[in-house]
Amino acid sequence: MTTGRGPVAPEERRRRRVARERRTGRAVPWPLAVPAALAVLFLLVPLGAMLLRTPWTSLARILDEGTVLEALRLSLLCATAATAVSFVVGVPLAWVLARARFRGLSLLRALVTLPLVLPPVVGGVALLLAFGRLGVVGRYLDLWFGFTLPFTTLGVIVAEAFVAMPFLVVTVEGAFRSLDRGYEEAAATLGASRFTTFRRVTLALVGPSLVAGSVLCWARALGEFGATITFAGNFPGRTQTMPLAVYLAMESDPDVAIALSLVLLLVAVAVLALLRDRWLRTGSTL
Amino acid sequence: MTASLSVDGRVDRSGFSLSLTATVAPGEVLGVLGPNGAGKSTLLRALAGLLPLTAGSIRLGKTLLDDASNDIWVPAEQRPVGIVFQDYRLFPHLDVRDNVAFAPRSRGAGRADSRRAAQHWVDRLDLADLATRRPSQLSGGQAQRVALARALAADPALLLLDEPLAALDARTRLDVRSTLRQHLADFAGPVVVVTHDPLEAMVLADRLLVLEGGRVVQQGTPASVARHPATDYVARLVGLNLYAGRLDSLSGEVTLDGGGRLVATLTPEANPADGRVLVALSPAAISVHITPLDHTSMRNVWRGRVAGLELLGDRVRVEVEAEPAAIVDITAAALTDLALERGSDVWLAAKATETVAYPETGG
Repeated sequence: MTTGRGPVAPEERRRRRVARERRTGRAVPWPLAVPAALAVLFLLVPLGAMLLRTPWTSLARILDEGTVLEALRLSLLCATAATAVSFVVGVPLAWVLARARFRGLSLLRALVTLPLVLPPVVGGVALLLAFGRLGVVGRYLDLWFGFTLPFTTLGVIVAEAFVAMPFLVVTVEGAFRSLDRGYEEAAATLGASRFTTFRRVTLALVGPSLVAGSVLCWARALGEFGATITFAGNFPGRTQTMPLAVYLAMESDPDVAIALSLVLLLVAVAVLALLRDRWLRTGSTL
Repeated sequence: MTASLSVDGRVDRSGFSLSLTATVAPGEVLGVLGPNGAGKSTLLRALAGLLPLTAGSIRLGKTLLDDASNDIWVPAEQRPVGIVFQDYRLFPHLDVRDNVAFAPRSRGAGRADSRRAAQHWVDRLDLADLATRRPSQLSGGQAQRVALARALAADPALLLLDEPLAALDARTRLDVRSTLRQHLADFAGPVVVVTHDPLEAMVLADRLLVLEGGRVVQQGTPASVARHPATDYVARLVGLNLYAGRLDSLSGEVTLDGGGRLVATLTPEANPADGRVLVALSPAAISVHITPLDHTSMRNVWRGRVAGLELLGDRVRVEVEAEPAAIVDITAAALTDLALERGSDVWLAAKATETVAYPETGG
């Protein structure tokens, strides 16, 4: 035991002080550390459980079944199409919300972002009432064009776009709003029309947010369940996306459900990795 | 192409009003000086078409750009006006070449054509080596040249510069100032340079317009504004003796074009091959004496005659006819002690360390 407080060399004293400061600087107070650890466990344990219970040996066989691949293909197709639709109309909407000035703008903003907080099932019901065969709009689609949306692949895309578009709109609107207007003024003084400015300057400057918003939108569309099953039903090959297939399989064959979930988990991880590597680290606003 | 600019108008913004009448001839550089909040930026924004006049009109040659009473307003994208912003506002997602090519491209030229048009200005402003760089990879002085090239590539009939040197550090400022002066001299149309730096204004501008609180308090050549400042602010701001001359690099002595010699301190950059320099001397740095100075450490001593006296708040500005002519600021008490009046013979003295020489131009 050497507890004596003999003379300590100055360098040694400095070293100890620095080490102590470093320790105290890093210390997390326990009232924060304990709940934080609980949160981590809460978020990770279910994922771990899924990996533990995955039927690794029969995984290849399960995934090789036609229905799984079909559901995956349909999911990817519909999520991508829904994202494309959201992009084409959502980016202009975001610009209008960020830049236009007219009465009722804030009300409009609240209304169009409502699907963010609306339970998706309610969205599905609303879509049915609008575009169903007897719906407000759907009636005429059927009457004039003989065309019905519900329970079709197109219906899946509509349901997903309805739920996911606000994610893109909100992300991109924030980017438009925080963009330095000076660049647009500079473009105007160089003879660029407002639309040219939008195309060549504004869009380019919010590029990272366009990607982030699209990825968020796509991920939300991929996981969409409530509105899809309500509006488009659950027909394998036509409207049965991965989440619906997982839910259905859970009733009959849990191993299949786990395998499908694993695939979705992998997709989610891939999306996160893409966002992180390409955009998040560069300090862009999500 | 060479049309003069005339402004006669007013801009009202919340709690602030700018009103101004001015004309700028083709090839003339008007320096707009004023403190923060004087309305300098408002003026540039109105000229550029980013802000409409509340009353009055802006005319460029025969073209009416803004006429509040007849509801005429040409927006920025349709005005033949180039502007170099204080923060340059180079498009961060485009390289130097495409930044310069932006204006031709916006007017509908194809990518190749607009790049060809840009190339002329890229070469002219010595940017060829930087053509593929992004703005984030440029130094302040380089970015300033790109901003100027980009504005000029639009082939403007009127050129505006907002605090062109403010974003630069002191060292680069000198270099850029002299090259900028050259480029402004090459521009055929009217130029308006906004600045709060009197030296910058005096070096760059042919004529000064001083704004205070949204009003023009004085207009005139830099020399006349410095000699007869209309307000105390102008006096403090523009109080500067500025001489052009040729430097003898061995002795450090500058032979002035207008007669006389001064021993000056050289800024690090100031050793131009052709010896052309500008010498700046603050009126407060010169002392006035009524007897010859026999024993003095002052390197610059010269004789003259008082040509005018002007009271400026707590000080008196003395105009001295001499070689070189000078304006000198003294206290009211000193005026009484020296019993100066028009026609008094005086000796002026200034330390070499307060007499600063800058290179005149880049070329």
